[in-house]
Amino acid sequence: MGFFLETLFGGLMAGMLYSLIALGFVLIYKASGVFNFAQGAMVLFAALAMARFAEWFPKWFGFESLLLANLLAFIAAMALMVVLAWAIERLCLSKLVNQEGITLLMATLGIAYFLDGFGQTLFGSDIYSINVGMPKDPAFILEGMFEGGVMVSKEDLVAAVIAALLVVVLALFFQKTKTGRALRAVADDHQAAQSIGIPLNKIWVIVWSVAGFAALIAGIIWGSKLGVQFTLSLVALKALPVVILGGLTSVPGAIIGGLIIGVGEKLSEIYIGPMLGGGIEIWFAYVLALGFLLVRPQGLFGEKIIDRV
Amino acid sequence: MDMNDINSAASAAAGPGRRFGEVILDLQNISLRFGGVKALTDISFNVREHEIRSIIGPNGAGKSSMLNVINGVYHPQEGKILHHGQERKRLEPYMAARQGIARTFQNIALFKGMSVLDNIMTGRNLKMKSNILQMALYWGAAQKEEIAHREKVEEVIDFLEIQDVRKTPVGQLPYGLQKRVELGRALAAEPSMLLLDEPMAGMNVEEKQDMCRFILDVNDQFGTTIVLIEHDMGVVMDISDRVVVLDYGKKIGDGAPDEVRNNEDVIRAYLGTSH
Amino acid sequence: MLYRENGQFKTSYAADQQIFPILQDRWAIGLLLLAAFVAMPMLGSEYFFRAILIPFLILALAALGLNILVGYCGQISLGTGAFMAVGAYAAYNFMVRIDGMPLIGAMLLGGLSATVIGVLFGIPSLRIKGLYLAVATLAAQFFTDWAFLRIGWFTNNSTSGSVSVGNLSVFGIALDSPVSKYLFCLSVVCVFALMAKNLTRSAIGRQWMAIRDMDVAAAVIGIRPVYAKLTAFAVSSFIVGVAGVLWAFVHLGAWEPAAFSIDRSFQLLFMVIIGGLGSISGAFLGAAFMVLLPVVLDQMPHWLGIPISTATVSHLVHMIFGALIVFFLIVEPHGLAKLWSVGKQKMRLWPFPH
Repeated sequence: MGFFLETLFGGLMAGMLYSLIALGFVLIYKASGVFNFAQGAMVLFAALAMARFAEWFPKWFGFESLLLANLLAFIAAMALMVVLAWAIERLCLSKLVNQEGITLLMATLGIAYFLDGFGQTLFGSDIYSINVGMPKDPAFILEGMFEGGVMVSKEDLVAAVIAALLVVVLALFFQKTKTGRALRAVADDHQAAQSIGIPLNKIWVIVWSVAGFAALIAGIIWGSKLGVQFTLSLVALKALPVVILGGLTSVPGAIIGGLIIGVGEKLSEIYIGPMLGGGIEIWFAYVLALGFLLVRPQGLFGEKIIDRV
Repeated sequence: MDMNDINSAASAAAGPGRRFGEVILDLQNISLRFGGVKALTDISFNVREHEIRSIIGPNGAGKSSMLNVINGVYHPQEGKILHHGQERKRLEPYMAARQGIARTFQNIALFKGMSVLDNIMTGRNLKMKSNILQMALYWGAAQKEEIAHREKVEEVIDFLEIQDVRKTPVGQLPYGLQKRVELGRALAAEPSMLLLDEPMAGMNVEEKQDMCRFILDVNDQFGTTIVLIEHDMGVVMDISDRVVVLDYGKKIGDGAPDEVRNNEDVIRAYLGTSH
Repeated sequence: MLYRENGQFKTSYAADQQIFPILQDRWAIGLLLLAAFVAMPMLGSEYFFRAILIPFLILALAALGLNILVGYCGQISLGTGAFMAVGAYAAYNFMVRIDGMPLIGAMLLGGLSATVIGVLFGIPSLRIKGLYLAVATLAAQFFTDWAFLRIGWFTNNSTSGSVSVGNLSVFGIALDSPVSKYLFCLSVVCVFALMAKNLTRSAIGRQWMAIRDMDVAAAVIGIRPVYAKLTAFAVSSFIVGVAGVLWAFVHLGAWEPAAFSIDRSFQLLFMVIIGGLGSISGAFLGAAFMVLLPVVLDQMPHWLGIPISTATVSHLVHMIFGALIVFFLIVEPHGLAKLWSVGKQKMRLWPFPH
């Protein structure tokens, strides 16, 4: 039982991070109808920027404080993500308005490829570490109930708290601010939003920036846990089944989908994996999402799709 | 030649009593809902063989939904549909096509990436019997079949007078011609019943005249039954045999053009109520 | 001035429906085939065959298969690598498990196995579209990656996870030299390209395009979406599977699942986009471009005398491909093939465009 709970917690933590990446997908899909395949590349790009800036700034400006280095690196990386959002809107999205979803999807694949190459050209392609002072030692909880208690990683706990905070902040941003309302208006109907004077281009830049912000947070958490390297871009592919499961247009869906997939992956690896030869984590999420698609194409919380003639 | 000449010529050619064959399509108490929204409520009407049957009504009256019910795009929650006297089970659009029902759309639904010729050739699709392997080899039977159908399609192209654009991608054609190509695609299937959803919307007078001529010719030469949605009352009243009027998803009038024209409910629906 | 169709009147529909209705095109393609089959084997170097021509031909074949699905039928696939892998591993198993299985037999059986798996993963396309389908095909990709790595039966329980074939021969002719391998691939590719072209200009091709352009209207004129989509998946996966067999057997000789990873799937999709969606020649142009660009970029530092590391070159290749994808999607969705036909159109009118 203790082991089961450990696995469960491990899955929830991993799931929280999937949710974080999935959140970026959902934001962009809601506001621009683009299925952003480049979200993974954005995570890698942001994490690379963060790791390298934190390494470079102390050298360039001659200071030693880790806190200051991280802070400056965070600001610089965020600024970079905003510039990126602007460039993507300017050079790509604005020219593909009213194209079919499949074309936009392929365009974001192109963006993903470009970012992978660009990021590694700028920042290098080794494995880098991000040290933002996350606790590395494990903690034991529920010691009264089980012998030896249940081991959880403090780092995971901190990460989960940050992720949860981010979700709350984004929800507040969407519900309470003027920009948030404009974003929701755009999500509902592009043309109607434009006709009441909401500037579409600006909104898209904001949404992509927010998605960039989510990518940066996800990148920092993943990066400090596993190191910043190319595979980060592939880990983000896990977020696709998450959004399918949760529904493309639903923020809570992204969170719950992420948790389900995180937990399902870990539990199935432990309890079903050995029967199949192990390593089923690679496809479990996708096959789960595929099965789900056949039963309920709009996902858990998505809106039903109706074709009109 | 103005519109009246065409029409009087056509109806003279048709003569009284030639039309109005058997009832081939009988819709009984059709109701259609989308979620909580009622698109059609308890509508009954029938279509006779060879006639031109128009459906009119203000925007949002449910006219297009009606056509979508007839050819299986939408499935009504209630009601019966009798086709050639047989009650029809749940039917998908491609099955309706097999039963000889063809149609055009309100917003042009051509295959944008294909030429005029290929678009109309798709209309022959149901009649082509080669299998994939024969087509891959494009030898003997498959090629002969392709050429035989090409000849049929060229007849349609001649009929609609679009010979000069046959190799043009449809996306590059002006609106009026696109509508004509869409009619051609439907005709290529040699349908027994043709559903036309606003075939003359957005056309100028000359284009409308041409389109009227095509519709009357199709009806006359091939005996095709036509169900027509059109906003131009002049056209509807001139070429229809019978007219059904919808408003807010309900039937408010049905009969010959003259009866409908004088129906009080219809007048009210179009002109608004006076108090 | 030379490229004119004046005076070439078509007197039958058969003549009008040929693949190359213009006389000069028929000459050009004849010369091209002559060059490929006769001149090239005499002139090409071993490196040229092994590193450029053979990969080009096989990838062009795979791109051709993918283009039927994506370009003609409008169904996206991010799992092309998986279907290549199915072809390769199935053919391998037919070879090792059945004595005296000829190469061509194994190749076709490999293609058929890919067809079965392709149709299986195509079934979701009946309910889901576009973006969602991308996820279904990715599921195929990750699942096959795993299956060929973890399930020992597929690799004949090879301990290293890598499998190999040797002593290939076709009709008694040994495929032991680069030239013979090249000629074999070239022949296979020509046959499949011709058949694919025939399909796309027949009724089935029009059904695919109709589904791509407007599926509701297609259904209304009597095209069964189920049939059109699944045949596109079947034909596409068959060709892709055969390409997988060639890639594994003829090009690599020994391989492991990584040869058919998701990178391969993306690479093929990019070929199709850059070459031209919905065009047979586009698959060839796209493949040529994707194969040649890294080679050229690799050589560039030598020519210019600037030292660039191999890693940087591979990043540059990524960037250029990424940028080009976006560029082509924005400027010319029909890719190089369209640019080519626009060029030909201009040629017909040159030098008097009005």
